[in-house]
Amino acid sequence: MAEALVRLKSVSKSYGGVPALTDVDFHCEPGLVHAILGENGAGKSTLMKLLAGVIQPDAGEIALSGRTTRLASPREAAQQGIVCMFQELSLMPHLSVGDNIVISAPRTRFGFLRRAAYDDARATLNGIGATGISLSARASELSLAERQLVEIAKALFRKPRLLILDEATSALTSELVETVFGVLRELKRRGVAILFISHRMHEVDAIADRISVFRNGRHIDTFDVGTRSPKEVIGLMIGRSLEELFPPRGATPPDDAPVVLNVSDLSWNGQLHNVDLQVRQGEIVGLGGLDGQGQQHLMHAVFGVLRKVSGRIEVNGRQINGVLPSQAKRSEIGLALVPEDRKTEGLILDMSVTENLRLAALSRAPFGILGLDTETEQRIRRLIDRLSLICGSFDAPVATLSGGNQQKVVLAKWLALSPKCLLLMDPTRGIDLPTKAQLYQLLRELAREGLAVVLHSTDYEELIHLCDRVYVFYNGRTVRQLTGDELTPNALIEASMNMPLPAGIRS
Amino acid sequence: MNLLRRNRSLAITIAALLVLFAIFIAIHPRGFSVYVLTIWFNQGTLLGLAAIAQFFVVLVRGVDLSVGPIVALTNVAASYLLIGSPGGIALGIVAVLVLGAICGLANGVAVVYGRVPPIVTTLASGSIFSGLALLLRPTPGGGIDENLSDALTYDIYGVPASAILLIVVLLALTISLRFSLLGLTMYAIGSSEQSASMTGVRVGRVKLAAYGMSGIFSALTGLYVSMVTLTGDPAIGPAYTLNSIAAVVLGGVALTGGVGSPLGAVAGALILKTISSLMFFSGLPPLAQPFFEGLVLAVAISLGALGVFRIRNRLELFQ
Repeated sequence: MAEALVRLKSVSKSYGGVPALTDVDFHCEPGLVHAILGENGAGKSTLMKLLAGVIQPDAGEIALSGRTTRLASPREAAQQGIVCMFQELSLMPHLSVGDNIVISAPRTRFGFLRRAAYDDARATLNGIGATGISLSARASELSLAERQLVEIAKALFRKPRLLILDEATSALTSELVETVFGVLRELKRRGVAILFISHRMHEVDAIADRISVFRNGRHIDTFDVGTRSPKEVIGLMIGRSLEELFPPRGATPPDDAPVVLNVSDLSWNGQLHNVDLQVRQGEIVGLGGLDGQGQQHLMHAVFGVLRKVSGRIEVNGRQINGVLPSQAKRSEIGLALVPEDRKTEGLILDMSVTENLRLAALSRAPFGILGLDTETEQRIRRLIDRLSLICGSFDAPVATLSGGNQQKVVLAKWLALSPKCLLLMDPTRGIDLPTKAQLYQLLRELAREGLAVVLHSTDYEELIHLCDRVYVFYNGRTVRQLTGDELTPNALIEASMNMPLPAGIRS
Repeated sequence: MNLLRRNRSLAITIAALLVLFAIFIAIHPRGFSVYVLTIWFNQGTLLGLAAIAQFFVVLVRGVDLSVGPIVALTNVAASYLLIGSPGGIALGIVAVLVLGAICGLANGVAVVYGRVPPIVTTLASGSIFSGLALLLRPTPGGGIDENLSDALTYDIYGVPASAILLIVVLLALTISLRFSLLGLTMYAIGSSEQSASMTGVRVGRVKLAAYGMSGIFSALTGLYVSMVTLTGDPAIGPAYTLNSIAAVVLGGVALTGGVGSPLGAVAGALILKTISSLMFFSGLPPLAQPFFEGLVLAVAISLGALGVFRIRNRLELFQ
């Protein structure tokens, strides 16, 4: 067995008391593609950030080729040959493609950049099939797929010993993915270690030699590709069967159930195109597709965050184009939006749990300064019980709560308004499994009570097992609508890429 | 054509400058002459150098309220040091530039390592620099070597010395910002500090260098003020701070960082100076001039905020 290039010894890391990684032992070897699997919040990105020098472990140590090392910054990690391509993109928007690539591993003479480096940057881009991207184009002018290719080129340009790819190919077409994989196999042959994080099982099967599964911040198991069935792998990832995680779907709402949210021909700013979408009473409708294909914009458009939206938005037959969020939440319209980032948009972290719970309902109190009416207060109490919200004290800042309980506060604050239509943006991101199961149960119950729910999720399992119907977004359009038996992982992936998968990759 | 499209805002700025300059010459009682051109360039160089000082800090997403105070402090220092033997004067110039660099680096250390917001840092340090200038020279006075002053403020074969100075500075800066690693890194940090850090760039050091460069250019401004006025005056600072910010905004330097050029900043400065000269010749009562100058500045700075009306997503208003 070759010596481990990187070895983590009982590494732990927590954020504000919430553990992200617990006692993790892990190693990867040169000349091997090692896939990391796990749900959102399993600790994958924390692991990457540790290796890339973005954060440092609270306990335990990291050894490179047998020598204990402290990776204090991304710069130091890169000097050790560890290069990470992050999911959140690291391109400088105002700089040209060439500058973005060259600056990651600059070569200079008397402080001036050598022009030869730009030729190498061109060659690196061509190598991964990005021949159409001009070196002089600005990064901000590129499409998401092009930006991903530039990110990959940027990582390759630094000639890594350990290359970490975090969802590096999520926006690429399958031809481009094959080209990129060709380059990765060549790197592997030359002895580069590759860590590969992806949600797409077929990509993992196609490129990885070995798989490590993480769950709740722990390293669960490591095995060679092909030694476990896909079902076993999913079981390891979520720690229980899917049937236990998701509540039974129950009867789909009848076709004559009243339409609560009716969006027709909605367009905005070149990022949403002629979107049609209906949500009936008692229905959970999913918005699927790759990240950032317009799902968030649609929610924002409905809730009145966006300006100059064309088309028609109706709630219970009443046109609401041009309302502001403060109007959309009034009882006569009855919309509620649980935003994507609970820490910055969903909660005011320094304020107490109680204050956060009351915040959305304050406009219903007389003049917004007198106390809430007892009815709303009681509703909040009941919601706290129903959500089994766990916190030390209701007067403590909401920042002291765990992620799952924070999300419960966000939900309760909106449900206190008794909305008719609930818009949820990736509500289970970074939340532990028991809480997830609770939230799924609650959403199902709320739907049964007649709430219309719109759920944007990046998690295929959620879309498949929780939603009655899924609209798949691509490039600001709804390209497909999947219901009932059509809701399968393959159908979702195909629709997300807006094309059928080539037969070779299809499982 | 592509080049023009990419530099559209710079092209508009320079076109506006040429139009204003033509009007200025047309209504100037003495018309076009080497004398008028020299005075115009001398005035423009004063603010142009200050605008370059402001440019470096704005490029890395800061704003420097101490540009004016450093100009005053270095001007006062020059009024003590720039007289006597040629060797002494040369040493004096170096000392003044070092003083400016130290002031700029002090700002940079507070911003980079102290994590104090630039606006607070430079407001406080600006007050300190102004105070030092007042302590050194409570009332205007002192002297500057007249030969040096004459060489830098008159013309050479009909070309204003200040124009040559400005063009040399701009050429050197443009080339080094565009083709050096340090320059590229400054633009990268201004564009996205987080991405730059992820890319493995030395964010702290490069920001420090930007603040240091700003200090040096404030000191160059102070030196040139000395050449033009032949005295040291502790009270000249305030106008330079606000005018330098207005100049970079007019010149297409984004207050959000990462966009703009020294050429743009200088063009913005020349526009501002021309407008105030136009007012001088337009027969406005002198007492009304500060009002209109303020109005022009307010409009210039508001131009930078016009982008707000193009925002289609209300969330971006809060960023």
